[in-house]
Amino acid sequence: MQMKFAASALLALSVIPLSASADGEVNIYSYRQAFLLEPLLNAFTEETGVETNVVFAKNGLSERLEREGDNSPADLVMTVDISRLSELVEKDLTASVSNPTLEENIPENLRHPEGKWFALTTRGRMIYTSVDRVDEGEITTYEQLADDKWNDRICTRSGKHPYNIALISSMIAHHGEEETEKWLQGVKDNLARKPQGGDRDQIKAIAEGVCDIAIGNSYYYGAMLEDENQRPAAEKARMVFPNSDGRGTHINISGVALTKSAPNRENAIKLMEFLSEQKAQHIYAEANTEYPANPAVEASGMVASWGDLNPDSLSLQEIADNRNTAVRMVDRVDYDN
Amino acid sequence: MNQAVDTNEYQTHQPLLAGHTSRRWLFSAFATTFIVALPVFAVFYLALFPEENIWPHLIDTTLPRYLDNTIRLMLGVAFLTLFLGVSTAWAVTVCEFPGRRFFEWALLLPFAVPAYVIAYVYTDLLDYAGPVQIALRDWFGWTSARDYWFPQIRSLGGATVMIGLVLYPYVYLLSRAAFLEQSPSLFAVSRSLGHSALSTFFRVVLPIARPAIAVGLSLVLMETLNDFGTVDFFAVQTLTAGLFDTWMNLGNLGGAAQIATVMLSFVLILVTLERYSRRRQKQFSARDNRQPVHRFRLTPARKALCITVCAVPVVFGFVIPGLVLGYYAVEYFEQSWNTEFFSNALNSLLLSATAAMTTLVIGLTLAYSRRLHDTPGMRVLMRLSSLGYAMPGAVLAVGVIVPMASFDNWLDGLMEHWFGLDTGLLLSGTTFALVFAYTVRFLAVSAGSIESALQKVTPSMDMAARSLGQGPAGTLIHVHLPILRGTLLTAALVVFVDCMKELPATLILRPFNFDTLATYVYQFASDEMLSRSALPALIIVLAGIVPIILMSRSIGQSRSFN
Repeated sequence: MQMKFAASALLALSVIPLSASADGEVNIYSYRQAFLLEPLLNAFTEETGVETNVVFAKNGLSERLEREGDNSPADLVMTVDISRLSELVEKDLTASVSNPTLEENIPENLRHPEGKWFALTTRGRMIYTSVDRVDEGEITTYEQLADDKWNDRICTRSGKHPYNIALISSMIAHHGEEETEKWLQGVKDNLARKPQGGDRDQIKAIAEGVCDIAIGNSYYYGAMLEDENQRPAAEKARMVFPNSDGRGTHINISGVALTKSAPNRENAIKLMEFLSEQKAQHIYAEANTEYPANPAVEASGMVASWGDLNPDSLSLQEIADNRNTAVRMVDRVDYDN
Repeated sequence: MNQAVDTNEYQTHQPLLAGHTSRRWLFSAFATTFIVALPVFAVFYLALFPEENIWPHLIDTTLPRYLDNTIRLMLGVAFLTLFLGVSTAWAVTVCEFPGRRFFEWALLLPFAVPAYVIAYVYTDLLDYAGPVQIALRDWFGWTSARDYWFPQIRSLGGATVMIGLVLYPYVYLLSRAAFLEQSPSLFAVSRSLGHSALSTFFRVVLPIARPAIAVGLSLVLMETLNDFGTVDFFAVQTLTAGLFDTWMNLGNLGGAAQIATVMLSFVLILVTLERYSRRRQKQFSARDNRQPVHRFRLTPARKALCITVCAVPVVFGFVIPGLVLGYYAVEYFEQSWNTEFFSNALNSLLLSATAAMTTLVIGLTLAYSRRLHDTPGMRVLMRLSSLGYAMPGAVLAVGVIVPMASFDNWLDGLMEHWFGLDTGLLLSGTTFALVFAYTVRFLAVSAGSIESALQKVTPSMDMAARSLGQGPAGTLIHVHLPILRGTLLTAALVVFVDCMKELPATLILRPFNFDTLATYVYQFASDEMLSRSALPALIIVLAGIVPIILMSRSIGQSRSFN
């Protein structure tokens, strides 16, 4: 009886069909939440008739892809930072794409030299200062975060978070390991509390008076301004574009890569093209307050109102290459405690 | 479900119990254990190939802290769950006070709340912008966080309380069943020999219930050790946090598998020590527990104490989180309500029910095979089959992928070669993979409880049945299943609720466009949007309540059956 029930339940579940339409489909492994992709993918299906299927997880997807090998159903992998993309390249799981549309839409520094990944959006790692307790222009660079002046006044999330690791990696690229470690120690000594929470929590901490300076990605600030409940907290913080007058603000990307084994290669490339073009880039900019990777597309009104982003031109690959060094450095200075 | 003992004397009955047909049982036990242990062995295998040796760096930097935090978290959770679980189980079993019948099942309710959900809820409630601190600031005229001290919820202490609040029901469940099965006359004898009620509790009741409590506690500790959601959210650096750091940030899966292996050894050592420490104990089920339990009549002050002790975990573990989720669910109803819920809820229910049945059948097979062949080898098999519970879900998921994808690819190659057929991935990325992962993960819960319940059935039952012409299968069906009814139901329901809450393995292994309630909640919660995830989170909790009430009834009834 029990066995029968179990067997029939299992059968019922296993045969739920992936509704493949006549126009075909694209299968996506995504490190980005499916609900954030939904508007983009719906627009794509509407335009082309190609269905999209998504699995979202924060980890384990590259292992799944690797083990599934040539038979993997996945066509595309979408990520929210450079390190996952470079990991895929290192494991040799991505295919080179040479495509005129993509090459025209995505600037050279925002894609892999052999087309093994393409950025779709960029986001700046910003400094936020208290409107009440810090003067405008008092801090303008990442380097200044280590000044004694900010002792007990800085809040960040865990140093181990990929966004902070990428920032530290970029510092290593610019200043070398030794110098960066001194800097990181300085920032750690200035922390007002043990690193915790997400980027939004750091901005909230400014409003709460726990700290005067915070670090966070640009779109979180945008999302807070758009949320009625969080807007008052966001308005207590001012956004600073770090190193704007120098080498530029450190940016990270969200991106896409074609898998080596992609069974729906043609449709997958169609989707990549779609994501790089006007319409999708506009959705990204408006819905998620990110910076479009396609320079022909303007940032949303709100994002533009924050000022002009002068991005650091450092190659993203170099940032990815320094990841390991950065992680160990965070452990050595005991940043998270 | 309690009083697991090493009953070596079965071996003396071996010729009667074992026999020709029971080789089949032995074989099926071997085969199932092999399959179920594959993912764990896959993790051991991965541990052989680290990207680089992580240990020198870990030992120089963070390992001492990881260990320190892990041990303190486990000790804290152990004390909290023991205190909450045993005291409440004792109160509802032997004391008479208003609301006792209600608390009997209400005390199980926090079990339906996933740890990551309760963590989100209390952070929302207790952090600076939450209602508690706002009210305090209003009363005292404080204006910023620097004006006053407030306990930091995102801390080791916070994580201990959160995890303890949702896991104590394991201890409660098992110790209550153990107390119920104890013979009231033992208690009476102790009292007549001059011991106070309290002294009797510590000298008689607790030692007899110890095996059951130890089983409950070891489940709690394994869940604690593997928790990532809560400790990550609260920025508490435990070994699990270190494991994920090694995996995700250093890109060293092999190193992460090594840490997982160390953690697993940790669990094994604990379990072995506990068993070793009572190696000389033997217990037999008392015959006279058909007598109704005689409950103490209490003074009003003691009644109040009992009510308080029972109400605290229910209020903090269930009522408050439920109210907060309910508030958000109503407030954000229009944004969060959609028809996907029905399919997500259906997915969760079907998967959890299937996995519960599967673990039950496999658990029964293993436990009964051990009864037929109680050899050291069989005992090792039982332990092996339970290892999946001692690993973080995400690591286990990779352990599932490795053999399953290899099998799929092997089969595909074979079919291609012989028949020109392209079978693709037959099992990977299907709901079968999920059911398999759940089974591997939660088999320990069902196999363990069935095993200890079976041990309490006297071998003369089997002998009688066998001499009346029943084979091993007939004996199982006609004799043991009716006796084990309560245990089986409880085991199935615990696994069911655990599966409803399971998140990390589900995320990694699920098919395309497939959500359970838990993954749906996670999507929003991971983007710092508790408000929109409140409604589905509430549904997980509500879906867990029905089995919990059933479970409580089955325990109550099991008393009248025995």
